[in-house]
Amino acid sequence: MAEADYKALKSGGFMRQVQKNHFSMRLKVIGGRLTAEQLAVITKISQKYGDGHVHLTSRQGVEIPFIQLEDIDAVKVELQEGGVAIGVCGPRVRTVTACQGSAVCPSGCVDTYPLAAAISERYFGRQLPHKFKFGVTGCMNNCLKAEENDLGVKGGYTIEWKKDACTLCGVCLKACREGALTRTDTAILLDADKCNHCGRCVKSCPFDAWHGEPGYILSFGGTFGNLIAKGEQALPIIRDTETLFRVADAALKFFDEYANPSERFRVAINRAGWDKFKSEMEAAYHG
Amino acid sequence: MADLAETDEAMTDAAADITDVVCPVTFVKAKVALEELEEGQTLSIRMNDGEPVQNVPRALKEEGHQLLKLSENGDGTYNLLVRKAGV
Repeated sequence: MAEADYKALKSGGFMRQVQKNHFSMRLKVIGGRLTAEQLAVITKISQKYGDGHVHLTSRQGVEIPFIQLEDIDAVKVELQEGGVAIGVCGPRVRTVTACQGSAVCPSGCVDTYPLAAAISERYFGRQLPHKFKFGVTGCMNNCLKAEENDLGVKGGYTIEWKKDACTLCGVCLKACREGALTRTDTAILLDADKCNHCGRCVKSCPFDAWHGEPGYILSFGGTFGNLIAKGEQALPIIRDTETLFRVADAALKFFDEYANPSERFRVAINRAGWDKFKSEMEAAYHG
Repeated sequence: MADLAETDEAMTDAAADITDVVCPVTFVKAKVALEELEEGQTLSIRMNDGEPVQNVPRALKEEGHQLLKLSENGDGTYNLLVRKAGV
């Protein structure tokens, strides 16, 4: 590689360093999950080609700094053979982040990793007018900070009270932080407008008298770099991944159609208009 | 659930007060009190409003114990009645 094509290197996850001819190698990590075997491969590459340290990025990624220009091809091969994929930079879909979700965390309402993997499988590396970030968080605790992402996914429950199972014990009334539940002599009443889908009633109920149907709350246009803005919710909670992907497809299509080059999703929506954006998302939501 | 309605504070096998500690010791203290009991025995746990009453019942449920009743004491505290589960 005599003439360095920096743009190509960047799209392949090689980040130019301050030090001449040195690169920080960005790896592909989905939902912050790496196996011990992958970590061993990363360790070996870092010691052999880098300076023996790695950087954990702000979005659950791993970078191996101090890779020399002439070693890039060898590093690529060794990573690939070791089952570690290379990340991306530039104007495209970036690392899909996720919390541990319901598979591990007692608070989780949805299984986040398989969803993050499916999102990554469908969109990772796709070229767009600017960078585009997906993040998946399992519940209202929002450990993964869904609204920081261009498209954030947050797990929640749609709840239903089971009269026959309920003993009116009152645990759910206290577990609910939204004041959405009240108790009469014979029933627990739900104020659906106050319910934020956190699922605490379901999780706390001793008698399984609350049923929670997992779903996804999407936020659009979050960005936390030069411009700081919180992603906005534009749709009701989504109950299936088919609808979720239909909406995500439509969001990326909107971005492609309305954004100027090098313009973030948020700015493109602001310029095209939120009403227009929301109506397009609603159309995708309804299929 | 008729047996639950008949469960009375006076019939509990033991009592614990966790109003003098904060998270996560609230849960630990309740758990230790339950460990003193035999399977099937009941424990009444007095806890503060706010974080303890939002989280301790759920944490005990997740440990597999049976929550029977939550009652308000009128002084900013609650009593949670729990039946100890087998291990």
